[in-house]
Amino acid sequence: MDFSLSPEQLMAQKMVRDFSQKEIAPIIKDYDRKQEPIPFMLKRMGELGILGICFPVRYGGQGMDYLSLGLACEELEALDTALRVAMSVHTGLCGMTLLQWGTAEQKRRLLTPLASGAKIGCGAFTEPGMGSDVAAMQTSARREGDVYLLNGEKMWISLAGVADYALVTARTDALAQKPSQALSTFLVDLNSPGVTRGNLHGKLGVRAGSTGWIAFQDVQVPLENRLGHEGEGFKITMSAFDHGRYTVASGATGLIRASLVASVAYAHERQAFGKAIGEYQLIQQKIAQMAQDYEVARLLYWQVGWMKNQGQRPTLQTSYAKKFATEASFEAANQAIQIYGAYGFSDEYDPERYLRNSRGAIIYEGSSEIQTLIQAGYALGEREDKPLRCELPAYDETFWQEN
Amino acid sequence: MKIVVCVKQTPDSEAKLTAQNGQPSWGDAPLVINPFDEYAVEGALQQKEAVDASVTALCIGPEAARDALKHALAMGADEAILVSDPALEELDSAGAARILAAAIQKIGDADLVFFGRQTIDNGTGLVPAQVARVLGWPLLSLVGAMTVEGAEIKVERTIEEGKQIARAKLPAVLSIMQSVGEPRYPSFMGIRKAGKATIPVWTLADLGIAAPAQAVWRAELLNPPAHDSHCEIIKADSPEAIAEALVEKILAEKVL
Ligand SMILES: Cc1cc2nc3c(=O)[nH]c(=O)nc-3n(C[C@H](O)[C@H](O)[C@H](O)COP(=O)(O)OP(=O)(O)OC[C@H]3O[C@@H](n4cnc5c(N)ncnc54)[C@H](O)[C@@H]3O)c2cc1C
Ligand SMILES: Cc1cc2nc3c(=O)[nH]c(=O)nc-3n(C[C@H](O)[C@H](O)[C@H](O)COP(=O)(O)OP(=O)(O)OC[C@H]3O[C@@H](n4cnc5c(N)ncnc54)[C@H](O)[C@@H]3O)c2cc1C
Repeated sequence: MDFSLSPEQLMAQKMVRDFSQKEIAPIIKDYDRKQEPIPFMLKRMGELGILGICFPVRYGGQGMDYLSLGLACEELEALDTALRVAMSVHTGLCGMTLLQWGTAEQKRRLLTPLASGAKIGCGAFTEPGMGSDVAAMQTSARREGDVYLLNGEKMWISLAGVADYALVTARTDALAQKPSQALSTFLVDLNSPGVTRGNLHGKLGVRAGSTGWIAFQDVQVPLENRLGHEGEGFKITMSAFDHGRYTVASGATGLIRASLVASVAYAHERQAFGKAIGEYQLIQQKIAQMAQDYEVARLLYWQVGWMKNQGQRPTLQTSYAKKFATEASFEAANQAIQIYGAYGFSDEYDPERYLRNSRGAIIYEGSSEIQTLIQAGYALGEREDKPLRCELPAYDETFWQEN
Repeated sequence: MKIVVCVKQTPDSEAKLTAQNGQPSWGDAPLVINPFDEYAVEGALQQKEAVDASVTALCIGPEAARDALKHALAMGADEAILVSDPALEELDSAGAARILAAAIQKIGDADLVFFGRQTIDNGTGLVPAQVARVLGWPLLSLVGAMTVEGAEIKVERTIEEGKQIARAKLPAVLSIMQSVGEPRYPSFMGIRKAGKATIPVWTLADLGIAAPAQAVWRAELLNPPAHDSHCEIIKADSPEAIAEALVEKILAEKVL
């Protein structure tokens, strides 16, 4: 077993860390406080190749492996969750799903501009009336000749306001026997006539990121933008979650690290009853827990990255990683606030932002309850991975890096 | 056109230097490319883009110093060379300059040699001038902007009074200031190239020279004396009594 990172992975990690430290750290508090997306964030992440880190060069990507995607997410969320959310929806939900399910022609035409960062993608599954119960979605796509007419509304969509494309799952067959056979997935150009969208305000966290709604009224989606076959939408959406959850898990690992680093620094510095608070065992206990959780979370997402590289489907392992890291990141931020005392309660310091940012990830991309159901399903033998018509291709360095 | 850029590996800028038994210790600080040398690489890459030059990064150091060279490759340098030899463990700056000059000559046909303004560990800032001296080439120090014009280079030097424009004939040696511009991030393409690059290691035998005799010895390193100050608040019933107690203390301490 080899747990060492390659020189490429280490350099990529450092590059992403330097970018967040130099360009985002000085301004993040302002944008979070103003509840405004950082205006240059996506542009810079695109220019630097971060948005396309793990896609083959021939499709506009940077040719790195899937573990590098996780490493980048850890670095980004160690700075702020808004950075990582962009990776989750653009790179994870949208790009990786295109890489898995797209035809060669679709990958050339649709993945290339996304992987290069020229266009921004998002993933639109949740609706005002449903989130967890994917098979119950109401947005419909009716085929008329060479186009589908899309109608309905998607809600709580990250990057809704700024994305050029959305991966949208909709109902194509009102009469399907099994609800899971009723859905199909499309890459929808959000500049098409009939698309309206807006931002949601008043969020608890990820305030420097954009979250919104998208409404479709008789939006024409060309046949060639349907991903997979008609009726494969449920499976495709589950694949999208495998990818998105991996980025959420690795990002939350970075958030644990951020709380840990902040806590250690403060515990050395702050004096109470004549000593640094870090000398008290009750504070040490909190810090030890964060350190342990960071290690576990990291091992869990590395395992997923490794499995993806090998071409194995890590649905269960991703679920473990996602649930563990997101819950631990909330607890780590909570304890970091405790260590900071009253200062932890102030937005002059980072831990309160970490706490607010950590909360959403326990809900989105499959809530903790849904993850528990998945894990129980595997454990009880009620669930197993059947082969998919299209699996995520194993990482092949030569193929990835050839033009 | 060929540019050689000399980079050293140093502890990162947040590392703290302490003296341990008279020897420098940087604790377990990560080793990185000397931060000032990143500006030198940036300057070289700007010229690469401006005049279609090739850039070779050059370092004297142990095996681990490959990482500093890889950083330069990932930023966009074309090649890297490590000079490493057990006989080079105790080098003074003139010695380092001799080795660098020999390596630059072995690389051959260099038009420009770029340096950082100084290292953040030893930090004499002498090496660029000494290399220029050994090579017999002109030195332009503390350079911000630069343009190659035919067989000459025109530079803007940062001096206390403002800026100075200077020119020199090629080949020339330059030491680069931060005003050249923020060093670029490594690109992923650069990172992949750097990860796969084989970096040749040259020994003294490859350079065909003996280990330079050491003229300067670093004898001992001392931490600054620890400040031992304490504060005492004189309490008494009246201002007069406080003043009296204070005067007594001052006299007792022989301050007056
Ligand atoms: C900041 C943020 C960003 C988001 N970004 C996106 C995005 O980019 N794209 C997108 O499509 N969606 C996005 N979402 C939506 C998110 O994926 C959904 O909120 C999530 O799937 C849960 O759905 P819901 O909110 O409708 O909750 P519901 O499904 O209504 O669930 C409500 C509660 O019931 C629980 N529950 C549901 N079913 C069961 C069950 N069977 N057993 C036990 N408990 C159950 C849930 O866990 C939850 O606690 C985002 C949400 C947030 C907060
Ligand atoms: C007795 C003694 C023992 C020493 N032991 C060590 C030791 O164990 N390890 C150690 O690192 N130093 C050691 N030094 C310091 C070493 O002599 C200097 O690091 C070296 O001479 C360069 O000087 P400088 O760092 O002051 O470079 P500066 O003159 O400040 O550097 C200016 C520029 O020169 C270039 N440059 C400098 N050094 C190199 C290099 N090695 N490779 C490529 N380019 C370079 C860079 O572009 C740099 O920005 C020792 C010195 C003495 C006297």
